[in-house]
Amino acid sequence: MKDMLLQVEPLIPALRRYARALVRNRATADDLVQDCLERAVRRWHQYREGEVRAWLFAILHNLAVDQFRRVAARGRHVAIDATSEDNFGEAAVQEHRLMYKDVLSKLARLPEDQRAVLLLVAVEDLSYADAAKVLNIPVGTVMSRLSRARERLQQEIEGTVDNTPSNVVPIRSEK
Amino acid sequence: MNHRPITEDDLHAYVDRVLEPERQAEVAAYLGDHPDVAKRVTAFADQRDLLRAALAPIAEEPLPPKLNLARIIENRARRPSVARWAMAAMLLLSIGGLGGWAVRGAWQPSPSGLVALAQEATASYKVYAPDRIRPVEVRASDSGQLVQWVSDRLRRPVKVPDLTTSGYRLMGGRLVATEHGPAAMFMYDDDHGSRIVVLTRPMSSADQNAPMTPQSQGDVGGFAWADDGVGYSLVGHAAPEFLRPIANEVRKQARTI
Repeated sequence: MKDMLLQVEPLIPALRRYARALVRNRATADDLVQDCLERAVRRWHQYREGEVRAWLFAILHNLAVDQFRRVAARGRHVAIDATSEDNFGEAAVQEHRLMYKDVLSKLARLPEDQRAVLLLVAVEDLSYADAAKVLNIPVGTVMSRLSRARERLQQEIEGTVDNTPSNVVPIRSEK
Repeated sequence: MNHRPITEDDLHAYVDRVLEPERQAEVAAYLGDHPDVAKRVTAFADQRDLLRAALAPIAEEPLPPKLNLARIIENRARRPSVARWAMAAMLLLSIGGLGGWAVRGAWQPSPSGLVALAQEATASYKVYAPDRIRPVEVRASDSGQLVQWVSDRLRRPVKVPDLTTSGYRLMGGRLVATEHGPAAMFMYDDDHGSRIVVLTRPMSSADQNAPMTPQSQGDVGGFAWADDGVGYSLVGHAAPEFLRPIANEVRKQARTI
């Protein structure tokens, strides 16, 4: 397990960041990362080759999706604006904090699948191919979701958001 | 220079800085000629920078104890015995004053019990299973002699598990050296030539009786358990769900000695 420790441990901060940006709650996010690490330890013998990062993000993402489903099944509505700054970093310089908080609450308004693609690609630096593996979708779908995510976030930032449900905004048809 | 048309994907790849340098230059030139598109692309790049900056502090936070991977791995190795882990933690706290060396030693213990046994089985597997010349010292045809030999050295009756119902034939065995004394190794193969190893030896003080626990190191994995002071580990290059019934069979037969 020593090789696992060496390969996985440096990635934990990034896993936390992804989980927290995705579920927007510190405790829930860390629980997901803990589950992810436990599962990774159990399945390390199944990990064969390729990017260990993509492998871990896939485990984490699937756990997050299960979590979303459980929350949805319980019928509990997670308020979109529940993003308290406590749930995000504290180290930010004060003057930047408001700006950061603002962009994160706008990010939180994106549909979950768009948010996931944008985070994996733009923040976690996964290749488009690795993001496709993590999300278990074709690369073409990664690209169309990325495009929609960026357009949508830009509308949020410019305050020109169209409140039509996102799945009928044909910025680019999904493959 | 041929100009492939610029696609929407190119624009995103430009923002994410994953284009080949040549293509990057083509997109940059295109953006120079198309200020409206350039404005959009700049906005996307600003988003990217802002998101990264806003989320960066999360990755800087110190990790909470529950995300300590070394501990998760340790817990996993000792999973059947949470109580024992708690005892170890208390012991660690009580000897905390002994200083860094002792603490380091406690965090990276020389393995004992089932973990050690599984490591020995894995080491034997890695050394002998790929051996095409002499994977076993005493062949199955001399199994009587093999049983006599290892029983003498282990000072207790050892029975060679018969795994034919699981599709594995005995190839033979040998005595192997471990930190905890001699152990008997038996090797089996199936019709495809894939091999598994069963290792057994008397247990030292730890884990005289222990339930069957999955163990793995890299891509070699299997199970270990102990009954009445005798430990067994079965390992191979196969999925745990495949090996578990075989391990169950070994355990069943060993209990009827």
